[in-house]
Amino acid sequence: MNFPLDLRNVVVALVAAGLLLLPLYSALSGNIFILTLFTRIIIFALAAASLNLIMGYGGMMSFGHAAYLGIGGYAVGILAAEGIGSGFIQWPLALAVSALYALVIGALSLRTRGVYFIMITLAFAQMAYYVASGLSRYGGDDGLTIYKRSDFAGLINPGNRVQFYYLCLACLFGGIYLIWRIVNSRFGLVVQGVRSNEQRMQAIGFHANRYRLVCFVIAGTICGLAGALLANNTDFVSPAVMYWTRSGDLMVMVILGGMGSLFGPVIGAVVYLVLEEVLSQFTEYWALIMGPLLLLIVLFARGGIMGLLGRMSRG
Amino acid sequence: MVDSLADPLLRVEKLVRRFGGILATDNLSLDVAAGELHAIIGPNGAGKTTLISQLTGQLMPNSGAIHFAGRDVTGLPSYRRSRLGLARSFQITSLLPDFTAADNVALAAQAHDGHSFRFWGNARKEKHLRDAARSALTRVGLEARADVPVSELSHGEQRELELAVALATKPQLLLLDEPMAGLGATESTRMVALLKELRREVTIVLVEHDMEAVFALADRITVLVYGRVIASGMPEAIRRDEEVRRAYLGDQHAVTSHVQ
Amino acid sequence: MLVLVEQSLNGLQFGLLLFLLAAGLTLVFGIMDFVNLAHGSLYMMGAYFAATFVAWTGSFVIGVALALGATLLLGIALEYVALRHLYGRDHLDQVLATFGLILFFNDAVRLIWGPAGLALPLPAWLTVPVQIMPGVYYPAYRLAIIVTALAVAAMLYVVVMRTRIGMLIRAGASNREMIGALGINIKLLFTLVFGLGAALAGLAGLMQAPILTVQIGMGENILILAFVIIVIGGIGSIRGAFLAAIFVGMIDTLGRAFLPDLLRKVLSSAAASTAAPALSSMLIYLLMAIVLVVRPEGLFPAARR
Repeated sequence: MNFPLDLRNVVVALVAAGLLLLPLYSALSGNIFILTLFTRIIIFALAAASLNLIMGYGGMMSFGHAAYLGIGGYAVGILAAEGIGSGFIQWPLALAVSALYALVIGALSLRTRGVYFIMITLAFAQMAYYVASGLSRYGGDDGLTIYKRSDFAGLINPGNRVQFYYLCLACLFGGIYLIWRIVNSRFGLVVQGVRSNEQRMQAIGFHANRYRLVCFVIAGTICGLAGALLANNTDFVSPAVMYWTRSGDLMVMVILGGMGSLFGPVIGAVVYLVLEEVLSQFTEYWALIMGPLLLLIVLFARGGIMGLLGRMSRG
Repeated sequence: MVDSLADPLLRVEKLVRRFGGILATDNLSLDVAAGELHAIIGPNGAGKTTLISQLTGQLMPNSGAIHFAGRDVTGLPSYRRSRLGLARSFQITSLLPDFTAADNVALAAQAHDGHSFRFWGNARKEKHLRDAARSALTRVGLEARADVPVSELSHGEQRELELAVALATKPQLLLLDEPMAGLGATESTRMVALLKELRREVTIVLVEHDMEAVFALADRITVLVYGRVIASGMPEAIRRDEEVRRAYLGDQHAVTSHVQ
Repeated sequence: MLVLVEQSLNGLQFGLLLFLLAAGLTLVFGIMDFVNLAHGSLYMMGAYFAATFVAWTGSFVIGVALALGATLLLGIALEYVALRHLYGRDHLDQVLATFGLILFFNDAVRLIWGPAGLALPLPAWLTVPVQIMPGVYYPAYRLAIIVTALAVAAMLYVVVMRTRIGMLIRAGASNREMIGALGINIKLLFTLVFGLGAALAGLAGLMQAPILTVQIGMGENILILAFVIIVIGGIGSIRGAFLAAIFVGMIDTLGRAFLPDLLRKVLSSAAASTAAPALSSMLIYLLMAIVLVVRPEGLFPAARR
């Protein structure tokens, strides 16, 4: 990787180092809570990174991305409830179902553009929410408890907090690396080109929607992995994880961090969730602050945190 | 060098295109022979860009047919026509603003170099694509500006880039929509010289307002007014045609006597 | 048979309610090119205002009228203070900003009225069953909703199709730059349109309050349905929203009412009771998916952009 030394890279390096060393700090200080908090943050960072792939690089504003968190989670939960506890079966299935869902929803939704697309993806995610609520055999509205985490035949023990943390972190770093390679590949350039000027790309010979759809499926699959991780983290899965406001949260993380930047979603997830945690210590009504804050960010801080750091580096 | 006996490379038959109540293309028929440089001229609003858009697939006609290299392409989407060898430059510059000039051209080359469902290797490091881009940029005179983002290029440089992008798709037929619009004198001269070179390698359909360039370059000229062809033929015949002069070139050149 | 008539009327009533909500949304989007996620919050505020004012004044009619006015004022204030700065921006920005507003409103309501919902009791004269056909009775209030909504729809039609303001609105829906060029006070027009949309949302909210619910987050669920209706009907088209809303309302209500029985005939009882609620919820989205496949611009798109 070719990193010029600028503020963004410094911040990213610090955050990455912090995430790597966090369990050490937790062990030394005895603060277990921070370990579980950051496990959750890392999982959402992965979900946000997958959304950034289609939003930031692909120009597809999907307001239904949280559906994959649910799909991945329920794949794990349902299999566990039916007695299949092996992670080697659960996780690939979570990925496969997410991919299939993304394929079908994507093929339908990508027939539309702009605000139609936003509304359609929103509607389909809400559909997934209602379907899950209707699954009375698997808890319905109340959700499904997962009594035993995914079993990896001794290879790794998700029940151990530290091991699980590093598993999630590995998935996050792996996911970011994969996205980095995709973005710079032939495929990635086409997807970005289609975002930039679809008419031009069609005129030189690219079937724009086919590339969009494949990108959509890849992003959904990665988020399905995040869903499987999340279900393991909370030992629980419920329709609420797919509620449309969760999709909104993911979008906020992407925008906050800086849409279209590789590490932006990670920064965004960290800031958003830490802020939420801190604010809720002070007041039960943290959304009263968060809401207008969002409004202000949209109005004034284009390009999110990474954008801000980039501007600070330059001048 | 123009084989008028052979099948035309492009055949347009009775093309019709309406926009609400307006007839933008009115039963238009046209032939373009392989190897020729065929200019299309006409006053503003004549429907020239509408015609080009229907030829390349950005717009679908209401009726009529378009045949390219013997194939009926009337219903084909634009990316399919590009694959068959039809390339276009846009009247209103249509490039990828977030990418560099070299990226723009390399992507065009990439589109015609196998499939792009490759997810791992760095596409910017594919030597043959970058070389193809560099040679196209050199042809239009932009090799020094290869790594400049399109948004930072001057208007004239962007028009030249449009041409480079179209060239990189290795077309059989090049449809150029006012490539010299907004170019300064030096740039225009350079563009005309370039087109003179290109006409020996690829069939060109040129939409232009610059009459000097048109008469210097064209093998044949078709004149469009209100979506209809009012004249089509060799440049000298067009220059002398009364209807054309009245409609487009200016009344002062028209022969005044109407008494036969 | 009786059940069919009753459920059909319920479907009509639900559809009309959805229309009121969707009409405001599609107007605002068609004229100002503005996606307002907080539209559902205005719906919620209408209900909360109604419950509060009816309790204060002791009169249903006065309380409802005050609530309507309050929602209108709230909408105008919101537009003036915050939302007008988002016109012309990316739709994504608008989505995010109004999403922030949803969070804000939900917590504000929780702060002012508490987490438990409110109740809006009906006055006696609205709870009597009305005989609409020999032997068929339907609650007076639901009939009132149908009548009111139809009246509002008719008024909307008259205003949009027959008045100067309406002409401006229709012109604006097809070509925004033009009305600006004509020298009309755009800012005022936009504020009025937004206010109208807010009032419609508030009306829908307060009308359903006695029969359904007054609680935090009620706007979000129904907002999605409004979006689906707009997609099916075509953005900017009030006629499209009307037809799509009735259609969606009918399908959703009749589906929920009759699908479980239909399924039970085909599947085992256990499977049917698991599948039925999920399938009923999915019906609307399946409908939307079908429309998308067949006509992505919607059934009656207002204009080419």
